[in-house]
Amino acid sequence: MLNFFQLILIYAGIYALMAIGQNCITGYTGMLSLCHAGFLCIGSYVTAIMCKTFGLSFWLSLPVAAIATGLIGLLIGIPTLRLKGDYLCIATLGLGEIIRNIATNLNPVGYNSIPRASLFGYQFASRNKFAFILLIWFFVLVFYILFQQLAHSRLGRAMIAVREDEVAAQSNGINVTKYKISSFVLGAAVGGIAGCFQTAYTLTVQPASFTFMVSVMVLCTVVLGGMGNAKAVILGAFIIQFISYFPQLTGLTNVIPAQAKQIIYGLLLVVMMLCRPQGILGRDRYRYGDPRTRKEKIHDFFSRPKKSAKGGNV
Amino acid sequence: MDTLTLYMQYIVNGLTLGAIYSLIALGYTMVYGILKFINFAHGDILMVGAFVGLLVYTALTGEAADPGVWTIIAFFIAMLISMGFSALLGVLIERVAYKPLRNANRLAPLLSAIGVSFILSNGAAWIFGTQSRRFPYPFANDPIRIGAIAITPHQIVIIAVSVIMMILLTFFVNKTRMGKAMRAASLDQATSMLMGINVNRVISLTFAIGSALAAVGGILASFDFRVYPSMGTMTGLKAFVAAVIGGIGNIQGAMLGGVLLGILEAVGAPLLHIPNSMRDTVAFAVLIIVLLVKPDGILGKNEREKV
Amino acid sequence: MRLLETEHLTREFGGVIAVNDVDFHVEKGLVTGLIGPNGAGKTTLFNQITGMDKPTSGKVIFDGNDITGLPAWKISRMGIARTFQNIRLYKELTVVENVMMGLHFKVGKDPFHHRFSQAIKSYFFAARENREVYHKAMEWLEFSELAEHAQDFAGSLPYGKQRELEIARALAAEPKLLFLDEPAAGMNPSETSHLMRVVDKIRNLGVTVVLIEHDMKLVMNICDNITVLNFGMKIAEGTPNEIKHNKDVIEAYLGRDEEEDS
Repeated sequence: MLNFFQLILIYAGIYALMAIGQNCITGYTGMLSLCHAGFLCIGSYVTAIMCKTFGLSFWLSLPVAAIATGLIGLLIGIPTLRLKGDYLCIATLGLGEIIRNIATNLNPVGYNSIPRASLFGYQFASRNKFAFILLIWFFVLVFYILFQQLAHSRLGRAMIAVREDEVAAQSNGINVTKYKISSFVLGAAVGGIAGCFQTAYTLTVQPASFTFMVSVMVLCTVVLGGMGNAKAVILGAFIIQFISYFPQLTGLTNVIPAQAKQIIYGLLLVVMMLCRPQGILGRDRYRYGDPRTRKEKIHDFFSRPKKSAKGGNV
Repeated sequence: MDTLTLYMQYIVNGLTLGAIYSLIALGYTMVYGILKFINFAHGDILMVGAFVGLLVYTALTGEAADPGVWTIIAFFIAMLISMGFSALLGVLIERVAYKPLRNANRLAPLLSAIGVSFILSNGAAWIFGTQSRRFPYPFANDPIRIGAIAITPHQIVIIAVSVIMMILLTFFVNKTRMGKAMRAASLDQATSMLMGINVNRVISLTFAIGSALAAVGGILASFDFRVYPSMGTMTGLKAFVAAVIGGIGNIQGAMLGGVLLGILEAVGAPLLHIPNSMRDTVAFAVLIIVLLVKPDGILGKNEREKV
Repeated sequence: MRLLETEHLTREFGGVIAVNDVDFHVEKGLVTGLIGPNGAGKTTLFNQITGMDKPTSGKVIFDGNDITGLPAWKISRMGIARTFQNIRLYKELTVVENVMMGLHFKVGKDPFHHRFSQAIKSYFFAARENREVYHKAMEWLEFSELAEHAQDFAGSLPYGKQRELEIARALAAEPKLLFLDEPAAGMNPSETSHLMRVVDKIRNLGVTVVLIEHDMKLVMNICDNITVLNFGMKIAEGTPNEIKHNKDVIEAYLGRDEEEDS
C-alpha cells in the first residue's frame, strides 16, 4: 500500500515534469502537440546510452538529453509548426510514432540493467523510493519555478498572445513563428529530462513503452488540471497517476480490467471539455501591476495563503 | 515475371489499398467540409464497424464456413448491419461529444475527439480482447489471372464495393435535396441556416454517411489487415493523409487522394526498398511533405483566415 | 512629406483582382480617409500594407524604406500599427494585459543589446520589466479613458470600448502610422463622437492616421485627405470638399444617372 503511494509520487513527479513541458506548448502557446511520448523516449535513450554504453554520469545525461530533445523538437518544429491546429495535432502524432518506430528498428529490446545514478557516493537504488521522490520533486520544483517565471515575463506573454490570436500578435510585433518554435523546443526539452528520470528509476528502456497512450496521458494531465496553469498541471499529474494505480492501491487488479484507466482518461478528456474546459483550477490569473513588493507578497503568501493563492485577483 | 508485370501487380494491389483509404478518407473530408474539424475518432469507428461486421458474419455463417452463395449473402448482410450500427454510433458521438462544443475554442472539439477515440479503442480491447482476428473470406479466393497479373476475388470486391459507394455518394451529394443542403452548409453555415436548412440534421447526416463508409472501409480492410482494437489508428491516420493529399473538404479529392496514397504505398515501398516496418513512417513523411508544399492538397481550395 | 506610398499595388485572388494598380499615399501628420463601397478592396489594401498578406505585384514604401512583402511583425516594429474590422482583442486577457502586448517590442531599446540577450534579460528581470510595462500600459489606458477597466477581461467590455481598447493597444507601440479599419462600425452616435475626439487626440500626438470608414459624417469631419476606391481601383483623391463634389465618386456610391432614370 505504502509502496504504491510512493510509486504514485514518483510517477506523478515524472508526469508533472512532462506536463510542465506540454503545458508550455499547449497551455501557453495553444499548440496541440501529441508527441510527448517521443520526447520522453529520446530522453530515456540518451540516459540509457550515456550511462550504459559510455559509462558516463547520470547528471551529465540531463543537459545532454535536454539539448538532444530540444534539437529534435526544433527539427520537428520548423516544418510542422506552420501548420494549423488540427494538422499540427496529426503531424505531431505521426512524428511521435516515427520516433518510436525508429527506436524499435535501432534496438527492438531496448536497454537493461542501466547503471544507477549516484550523488556524493549515494546510489539511487530503485527500492529506495523515498530518495527518488525527493530527487524528482526537487526537479519538478525547479522547473515549476523556471516556467512560472517564463509565463509571467514578456516572453511568456508573447506566447499567450500567440495562443489567443495569431493575427493580432503579429500586428503587435510578435514574431509568431519564433515564439511557437521556442515554446515547442522548451516543452520538448523538459519532456526529455522527464525521460532521464524515468530511466534512472526503472533502469530499463523499452521502445514499446513510449506509445501514443503516454502522449494522451500527458495531454490529459494538462487538460484536467487547467491549461496554462503550472500549479494545476501538477495537481493533474497526481490525479492521473492515482487513477493509473487505483487497481493496485485497492488490490482490485483482478476485478478492474487493464483498459479501465485508458477508458477513464478518454472519458476525462470528453467530460472536461464538455463541463469544465478550463480545467479544475482554471487559468493562471497573474495580476500585473500588483503594488505589493516581493517581500510583501511572500509575507502575504504565508499569512493569508488563500488570497495570495489566487494572485490577489480581482 | 518481368519488372513491368511486377509493377502492374503492385499497382493493382495499390488500387485495392487505395479504394479502402478513399472510403475512409471520405468521412474525414465530409466532416471537415462542414465543421472544419478533424474527427479524430473516425479511425476507431472504422474499427467498430469491422468488429460488428465480423461478429454478424460469424453469427450468420458459423466459424469456418466454406465460401458459397450463403457466405456471400451473409457478408453483405453483415456489411449493411455494420454500416447501420456505425452510422448510429457516429451520430451519437457527434451529439454527445462534439455538438455542445461547436462554439467553443478550437482545441476543445479536438481534445474531445481524442478522448472519444481513446474510449472506443480501449473499450473494444476490453470487450473483445487485444488479439487480432481473421475475417474469413466469403469468396473462393483463387486468384484470377489476367496475363501475368493475379487479381483475387476479394480485391475485385473491394474495388467494386468502393466504386459503387462512391458513385452513390456522388449522386447523393449532387442530385438530392439533402446532398445540396450538405454542400450549402459546407460553404456557409450561417447563411444556409437562414435559407431554411436544418444544419443540425445535415451535420448528423454527414456523420452518419461518413461513419457508414468507414464501416465498409473497415470490413474491406480487415481482409488484409485482420481485425483488432487498435486497427483504426494507423488505417485511419493513413486515410487522413489521403484526405489531405486530395485536398481536405473536397469529396473528389478524398477519392483521388486515397487511390494515390494506395498506389504510392504499394509501388513506392518496393521501389525504394523500404522495409515493411517503416511503411507507416513513409506515409507520415508524405503527409508532412504535402502539408508543407501544398497544404490545400491537389483539389483543395485555398482557404486563408480572413483578417 | 509622404510617410507612406504604394506604387502600382495589385493583389489578385485566383482571378479576382481585389486591389488593382493602386497608387495610395499618406501625408505625414494628417488624417487620411479611405472610402469606397463594400468590396472595393479597402481592407485588402490595408492588409497588403501591414504585411498581413503579400501583394501580387507593386511596391509599398514606408518612410523611405521598401517594406513590400515583409512579415507583419517586422512591419509593425517599423512603426505601423493597426486595428481590425472584426475586433481582434485577446479576449480572455485583461484590458491592461492587452495593452501590455502592444508594448511587446517597446522594451529594451538599448542598441547594444542583441535580441537574444534582451530575451535573457526579460526573463531574469521580469518583475522589474513588468512594472515598467504595466505603468506604460496604464498611461495609454488613461489616454483612452479606459483606466477604470484595467483589470476587467477584454471580452467583457461593451463593443465601443473594445474598439477603443484596440486603438489603445495599437497606440502603445508608439507607431508613426496608425491604420484604423472601420473604427466606428457598430457604434452608437455618442460612441462615434467620442471616437472622433480620440482620433483628434491621436493626431495631436503626431501620429499619422489612415482610416477606413463608412460613416460619411465622421470621414468628412476628421479627414484631411480622402482616397476613394471602387472595384479595387483608385477613382479619386483629394480634400473632403473635392471628394464631395467628385462626379466619379457620386456615381460609385449612387449609380449612374441613366440607370436611375431607366
